[in-house]
Amino acid sequence: MKKMRFSIYRYDPDKDAKPYMQDYEVEIGPNDVKLLDVIVKLKTMDDTLSFRRSCREGICGSDAMNINGKNGLACITDIADLQEPITLRPLPGLPVIRDLIVDMTQFFKQYHSIKPYVINDSPRPERERLQSPEDRKELDGLYECILCACCSTSCPSFWWNPDKFVGPAGLLAAYRFIADTRDEATSERLDNLEDPYRLFRCHTIMNCVDVCPKGLNPTKAIGKIKDLMVRRAV
Amino acid sequence: MGVPVRRFDAVIVGGGGAGLRAALQLSESGLKTAVLSKVFPTRSHTVAAQGGISASLGNVQEDHWEWHMYDTVKGSDWLGDQDAIEFMCRKAPEAVIELEHFGMPFDRLENGKIYQRPFGGHTQNNGQTPVQRACAAADRTGHAMLHTLYQRNVRANTQFFVEWMALDLIRDAEGDVVGVTALEMETGEVFILHAKAVLFATGGAGRIYAASTNAFINTGDGLGMCVRAGIPLEDMEFWQFHPTGVAGAGVLITEGVRGEGGILLNANGERFMERYAPNLKDLAPRDFVARSMEQEVLEGRGCGPNKDYVLLKLDHLGPDIIKQRLPGIREIAIKFAGVDPIKEPIPVIPTCHYMMGGIPTNYRGEVVIPKGDNAESRVNGFFAAGECACASVHGANRLGTNSLLDLVVFGKSAGDSMVEYIKNEMPTWKDLPADAADRSLARIARLDGQTNGEEVADVRTAMQRTVQARAAVFRNADNLSKGVTEIQQVAERVKRTQIKDKSKVFNTARVEALELENLIEVAVATLIAADARKESRGAHAHADFPNRDDEVWMKHSLYYGDERRLSYKPVHTKPLSVDYIPPKERTF
Repeated sequence: MKKMRFSIYRYDPDKDAKPYMQDYEVEIGPNDVKLLDVIVKLKTMDDTLSFRRSCREGICGSDAMNINGKNGLACITDIADLQEPITLRPLPGLPVIRDLIVDMTQFFKQYHSIKPYVINDSPRPERERLQSPEDRKELDGLYECILCACCSTSCPSFWWNPDKFVGPAGLLAAYRFIADTRDEATSERLDNLEDPYRLFRCHTIMNCVDVCPKGLNPTKAIGKIKDLMVRRAV
Repeated sequence: MGVPVRRFDAVIVGGGGAGLRAALQLSESGLKTAVLSKVFPTRSHTVAAQGGISASLGNVQEDHWEWHMYDTVKGSDWLGDQDAIEFMCRKAPEAVIELEHFGMPFDRLENGKIYQRPFGGHTQNNGQTPVQRACAAADRTGHAMLHTLYQRNVRANTQFFVEWMALDLIRDAEGDVVGVTALEMETGEVFILHAKAVLFATGGAGRIYAASTNAFINTGDGLGMCVRAGIPLEDMEFWQFHPTGVAGAGVLITEGVRGEGGILLNANGERFMERYAPNLKDLAPRDFVARSMEQEVLEGRGCGPNKDYVLLKLDHLGPDIIKQRLPGIREIAIKFAGVDPIKEPIPVIPTCHYMMGGIPTNYRGEVVIPKGDNAESRVNGFFAAGECACASVHGANRLGTNSLLDLVVFGKSAGDSMVEYIKNEMPTWKDLPADAADRSLARIARLDGQTNGEEVADVRTAMQRTVQARAAVFRNADNLSKGVTEIQQVAERVKRTQIKDKSKVFNTARVEALELENLIEVAVATLIAADARKESRGAHAHADFPNRDDEVWMKHSLYYGDERRLSYKPVHTKPLSVDYIPPKERTF
């Protein structure tokens, strides 16, 4: 059986004065296909190793981490594609609670700040609100976000100003509601982002696009919001 | 006792579809409500549902809730309660329209209405021809629904306790529910949440099986808490095997693939479902298709080097349909099966997917248990909804897309019942018993102090292998009785589990050990209830008793964990407004 080497960020505030990297060697069996399979196996060897995980199929967004320097989901990362030693660190830029578990409060605060729900105060019709397939298509590439935070925590602008810059995930969501024909609050949403930081700290570095495990493009969505801002200014 | 107490009008345990839908009723009624979730709400397993949510909107073809009801009763193999089934199917259209109004991004038809696709067991005219009843957001319907419900709760200012794990149900001397104990995972602190009403929306427990479509978090926490608190579990012998889990990986491939026209092939390239279900073919209900697939494999017509799976072919749908309607499936097939379904078929096997049984409730979401002559006496202050509950709308076999519907219909209904109960019957809090937190503290102290014990992962694997081997698609008396003995041996080992991690902060080893204590209750209940049922019905296919026996067995089982015994209660045969649908032979 093949062995693989790992170097994993460890920090338990209960006993460690500061974080350190711990080396592991693991035998890779025929069922160890994804990175998460191997981390779960590692945990049977060392139950103190702490990380989040749930669906193991890339839809819940729990197991985002920094894998060999790049953010991704452990459950859909093929172990065979990774160079050794496989270095695992928590998502950058957020406070570490323990090992690979980060405090995502700031990330969700930004998501909540864009009012992530359809605003429509017209009286509710008896049936569904109609939407053409073309209008619905505008939501593709936006609604599929799983809030894993790979994008925002790979964004230098978010690292410097996590309290002021909404970040790619939040802005993708903002555009998801702007683009929805059923939403009536576009102008309020643009007002909410009209600020030197909230939207305009995006400098199109495009790390977000590079890391998104769902293949989404927050930079493009941000560009569309910027266009709308400009258009309403003239 | 030193355990901090926090007080709410209502506590909801679980932040998936049912918990979030119930939370809206409570938050919007102005009651002080806490929603506890082991994971951030959008990570709940509802997110993984794919194919759709059923409602007789009739957007594509004529449809009626009565037809939906008939299909659900027949799908349940006449174990479902017909009052609850009528309630759900009647409410379905308004529940789906409400989700649309909340902003759920359904796919659309040319006329702008919600897109609907065919699904297993959905028919017109009581079984005649397939009908398009499954309302879909591509093949990410659960994701779209869960995020929409979370978003709506953000709007309603619902108070979430994220990464809190409920540990035990608190009942007072009269048996009424007055709260839960819970572990704040980040700090490792235990709290008492004192409440006038508690809702369990804790989801499924598919992780009792070795191969399951379920997430790691699906550990039957609500069921374990019920067993420890003396509340019975209903119909635990019935587990759904989804026909199309990716062979080897277990990851789900939606029935929507077959709804869109995908077909199952054996090693001879034969579309074998035509033989088993001449009318509905690949769109027969799941128990039926799963058995047919297993039969093909048993008779040597499986595919692959070990002839142990069949193929799901969809390349004939063309790249456009696949990319538009089944993009998530393509992603999963490429990542987990190594095939692009635009070109190649996906290797699939029946995989444990859904728990039909659960905490006994009525269609109002009230937990009901036998007391004296009353088979269904209300447990004051206690409610349940979603997969952890047994209303029972799914009976012995659930129809695809009825699970998401169950979440929103019964989540709302339970939320309404809680508001009513709190406002009309519970002006103030009942006293907490003096020993409210003792059981939970003892469980944690046991883990902290355990030495020379068993590894959690080893015991969990032993449990999963036992359940997988003894309570599979095809069952028999010998296998089941061995399973009953073996699983009780595993249960003894669970009492001696040991963790090395003694830290307080985000101790996931402790969480997994506590989860195993819940899983094992579900596993024991499953084997004991399955061993006792001497007939074949729905998902319970018993080789020694191959026929359904309505005379003796048209009844719900109730499992009591304290003595590991069973009792039974009648199936509800009176719908709310329509005529009873009498049992008949189940062919497709």
